Parts: sequence; structure tokens; C-alpha cells
Amino acid sequence: MNKVLLLFKHEFIQAIKKPGYIILTLLIPVLALVVIGVVHLFSSMIGPAENELSRVGYVDEIGIFNAFTDQGLIQFVPFISEEVAFAALLDSEIDEIIIIPSDFYTTISIQRYTMTRELETPVGKRSIIGSFLTRNMLKDDVSPDLIDAVLTPLKLNITRLDEDGSVSDSQGNIGNIIIPSLYAFLLSMALMFGSNSLISGLGEEKESRLIEVLFSSVSVNQMLTGKVLALGAAGLLQVLLWLASSPLILNLASSVLGGFLMFIQIPSNFIVFGVIYFVLGYLLFSMLAVTIGGIVSTAADGHNLSMLYIMAGYIPLWTFGAFINFPESPIWVVLSLFPITAPTQTMLRLGVSDIPAWQMVSSIGILVLSIAIGQYLSVKIFRTFMLMYGKRPKVKEIFRALKTA
Amino acid sequence: MAVVEVRNLSKSYADVLAVDDLTFSVEPGEILGLIGPNGAGKSSAIKMILDFMKPDSGMVMIFDQPMQETFKDRIGYLPEERGLYKKLTAMQLILYLASLKGMDKKTAEERANVLLERVGMLENKDKKNKEMSKGMGQLIQFIITVVHDPDLVILDEPFSGLDPVRTESVQAIIRDLRDQGKSVILSTHQMNKVEELCDNVLMINRGKTVLYGGIPASRAKFRKHSVRIETDDNWSGIEGIIEIKKLNGSVELILEPEITPEQILDQLRTQGVRINRFEVTTPSLNEIFLELAGRNHE
Repeated sequence: MNKVLLLFKHEFIQAIKKPGYIILTLLIPVLALVVIGVVHLFSSMIGPAENELSRVGYVDEIGIFNAFTDQGLIQFVPFISEEVAFAALLDSEIDEIIIIPSDFYTTISIQRYTMTRELETPVGKRSIIGSFLTRNMLKDDVSPDLIDAVLTPLKLNITRLDEDGSVSDSQGNIGNIIIPSLYAFLLSMALMFGSNSLISGLGEEKESRLIEVLFSSVSVNQMLTGKVLALGAAGLLQVLLWLASSPLILNLASSVLGGFLMFIQIPSNFIVFGVIYFVLGYLLFSMLAVTIGGIVSTAADGHNLSMLYIMAGYIPLWTFGAFINFPESPIWVVLSLFPITAPTQTMLRLGVSDIPAWQMVSSIGILVLSIAIGQYLSVKIFRTFMLMYGKRPKVKEIFRALKTA
Repeated sequence: MAVVEVRNLSKSYADVLAVDDLTFSVEPGEILGLIGPNGAGKSSAIKMILDFMKPDSGMVMIFDQPMQETFKDRIGYLPEERGLYKKLTAMQLILYLASLKGMDKKTAEERANVLLERVGMLENKDKKNKEMSKGMGQLIQFIITVVHDPDLVILDEPFSGLDPVRTESVQAIIRDLRDQGKSVILSTHQMNKVEELCDNVLMINRGKTVLYGGIPASRAKFRKHSVRIETDDNWSGIEGIIEIKKLNGSVELILEPEITPEQILDQLRTQGVRINRFEVTTPSLNEIFLELAGRNHE
């Protein structure tokens, strides 16, 4: 059997048998289920309170707020003075009090008294109190239908058109970003796992000098190819398992979080680019891991050093909030072209906007070029420093090695 | 055809000359003892032979050609510091590493069983590496080195950590390899093992060859003009002696330049001294090593 295949088989089996791999593979779906469970539990805990009938006493210093006192879940009870209202509150006849001052029209401010501890007035309650006040203020001058229309939150429907004026196949709503962001997160995790596994394996083999036995049997290229492909396959298997579990999780999440599943869209070409960026991202991170594995003496040293590019690879996830709010900023173009952030950033961008062809070509081209040059240099570095134990070479020595290799 | 031929090999790291103009060869059916103090350049020389690193100058020929990837299947290498995958069993380790040498599983398993039996490890073949003692792990790694029936075997300190019984088993396998026409490079600090096993010795110090040749001839080169005698009788008045050195149970007589050992023996016989042992002093490899390596020895 081909030696690369033998190395691949051995490394793949060892990788998927590692407790860290098994735990991480199971952890992501389990974590998602736990989050959904917690959200469900939380909403069921706070839900009934919001649905309970509440009696709100009020003191009207203007004298016009006398209608629409039955607002469904809240019943407004008038009091002639604050003292009477407070007495009723202390006797638990009402749950809280609002005072509508005489200068309300100019201040648009009312005072609310409650016995419960709250950070902020709940949104539902704020809306009902607002509705009660507005309806009373407009009741003599505006028709009930118009009042209903004013109080109904605006629905702003977006329809994206293509350049010929037809409705675009790819509508840029929030449903479009769910799959890309999920994929970007899983890709980042898989890249980190693959890189760490490679460094751990090389570190262990260097520490035990097993690497010398291996190199007396196979070439540097054969060994690195076998390892990189095996860990790539292990990473791909991991992502596939996560994706396979996602329909169940999304279904559960959809039922708990209000049926958002129907809005989910997969951007066009997403799967093709997903595969391309997975493969290229894996090769790039493997190349970096091989370089670090070649330089350091122990796996622990390697993990410390690898944080530099692993953290950089997470930049698109850290800046996700800013990206959602300002998707057209040129910084995302830069991150799509920078090789370490290109896989995750480009996949995220696919979810919110069309990426010009030149940017896609440049992003993939730069990534391929970086991998080709980096692979060449990393093998040189690895070959030079693989048998150097106990000390990490200085940057100057690495450059000298590259020059003379 | 030499299995290994090294000519004028040199290698330096920064300002340190690790290997300096090294030349030697290993023939089929030969065991070459590679000795020298720590930092002498032994490991660097081995790594250049195996093509792990390139020399600054000089050349290495393996099987009469520059090193090629395909030759790796014909070479067995046991590094000085050892370690194997901890979670694999002895047999899994042997089979995996034998497969990387191009061996099919069935043949590898058959040979592994024979070798495990020879070193008394057959009952441990399903034991994981992490459950084995250092010596047991070492035996497994030795088997990995020779299981694919290599034509060239390079062993770096193969006996360290082994008990006398297992040392003898390993020695027997090394002798068998020589008898089968294989070439062995044995790097060790155990001089007695070099004397017992090796046909030739190459001693290097600070990267340079300080001694190279057959063991008896090499020892003869360092023969002193002295004799060592053991006797229970008293003697005196022997002529032609410069100095008498008392050793443990014997004495060494340093002779005047014109006096021969035979003349000393005749004088002792004339005095009627009963002699238990009489030999022309030939230093052991260890003594030669200490003399040549000076204070740099381990």
C-alpha cells in the first residue's frame, strides 16, 4: 500500500479515537441542545408572569384618561389621589401604580410605582401602557381604525431586485445569515481542532524521537501529506456530523424560538464555496501548524505559538456584530482577502451580500498562492528544524535556514 | 560493494564543526562500532547517513548510490532516545512501522512473533506501550528496527536499560544479522560490547576520526612497551625495568626500550618464579577511549 495512504489511515484512526475529538464532536450538538433547553426553560419561567392578569392603578391629573381601561392582560383602575392608590397597592388590591402628571403633554413622562424588582419596564407592559395613554389622548379626534393603525408596529418588507428589475432569487434577509454564520463557527472550530491535533501529534513524535524512526521509513513530504489529509478528513467528518445534526437542532430551536426555520435560506453557491474554503482553510492552517510543529520542541510550546494565527482566524466571528450592522464596510473585503480570515469572512459575506467576482477570485487566488508558497517554506523549515530538540530557533535562524534550504 | 561509504564528510552548526572530514565504509556482513564521547559527532554522522540532514561537504553512498527514498525500506534505524505511540500495543506498533517499510502484514506478523519469542516478549505482544517498562519498550523498538529484514542496521545505544539476559538476546540477533550478510553500525558507549561484537571500530572525537580499523589491530596500535604479570611468588632483581605499577592482583612492568618481553620472562623463569599470567600489555578499547577522548569522555 502507498505509504501516504498508510500514514493517512493510521493518523485518521488515531485522530478520531482521541477523547478531545469525540468530546468536541458531541459537545457542539449537545451544547446547542442545552442552549435551546435553557432558553425554553427561561421563557417558560418568565412567560406565565407576563401572561398573568395585572391590575394597574393610575392617578390621572389631567382628567382625560378614563376609557380603554381594559387592555387585555392589564386592567387600568383609576384612583382619585396618590394616597388612595398607594393604600390600595399596599393592600394588594392592585399590582402597581402609574401617575399621569398634569404636565404630561409637555414632558411625555409618567411615574410608575411597583413592588417588584425590575431592571426596566417589561416591553409588553410598556407597550400596553403606551397604548392606553395614546388611545385616550386621541379618542375624541381620531377614528378607532386610525388609532389601531398608529399603534401597530411598522412591518418593513424588503424585496431585492436584480439589475433587470426582476425579483432576485437571493433575498438578503436575516434567514440568509443563519446557515453561513453556523458554518463559519463550525469551520473555525474544525480549523482549530485540526491545527491543534497536528501540533500535538508532531510535538509528541518529536518529544519521543519517534519522528526519527518515521523519517527513516518515509519522506518529510509523505509524512506531512498523510498527516494533513488525515486530519482534514477527520475535520470534515466532524463538520458533516455537526451539519447532519443541525436539522434536528434547528427544528427544536425553531419550535422554541418562534418558527424561524421557515425564513432560513441557503445562499446560492454556498455549498460549492463552503467546500472550497473548507479545503483551502484546512490546508492553510495545516501548513501553519506544520511550520510551528517543526520549530518547537514540545506540543505545549506549539499550542502557545499557534494561538497567534488561531486567534486571528477568529476575527470574523469576534466582529460579527459590527459585520451585521455595517455589511458594506471595506474592512470585510480586506478580511476576505487576508488568507487567515478569508475562509470564515467570505462565507459570512455570502450570507448578506453579493461578493463581486473579482473579490472571490482574488480571495481564492491569494489563499491558494499563500498555501503553495507557505507549503514549500514550511517543509523547508520542518526539515531543517525537525531534529533540533530542546531549543526554539530564533527568527534570524529561521530566515537563514530558508535562505540556505 | 560497500553498503555504506562515507567520504570526507563535514558538517558545522553555526561556529561549531560537528563532523570534520570523516571517511569510513561498512561492508556487507560487517559490524562497525562507532564510538566517541558525547558531542563527538556520532549522531550528526548517523543523521547524514540517513539523509535526515545534508552535509556541508563530502558525500555518503548507500548501497553504492546516493541516498534514495526506496533505500529506506532496506534500512533499520534505532535512535538513541526512544519513544513510541503510547496507546498502541506492541504488535500494532510493529505491524504499523513494518508496513511503512513495505512489509505485508502476514510476513511482518510471522517475523514479529519469532523476534518477540527470541527476546522473551511474546506474552506481552498485546500490551499497550504505556503499560510496558522502559526495557520492554526498548526491546519492541529494537524489533521494529530489524523486523523488515534490513540490509543496513544502524543502532544507537541498543543495550542501554536492558538486563543482562535481554542484552544477550539482542546481541545474538545482531550476530545473526552479520552472519546473514547484513551490515550493522553500532553506536555505543559500552566498550566491552564493541570488543565482543564489532569487526571494526571507528572512534571520533570533536568530529574527527581518531581511530579506525579492526579491533585487534587498533588495540595493537596502542600496545605499550610493558608486560603484565600475576604471580604468588616473590621476585626481585629483574633487569631492564623502568617502572613497576601495582594493579589489582597483578603488576605492570614498564620496560627499557632495548628489553623485550621474552627477556623478562626468561629472567623470571631463571629465578624459579611460578607465573599465573604473563601478557604483553595491550590496552582495552575503554583505555584507548579514555586516552584519546581525554577529559571529554562521558
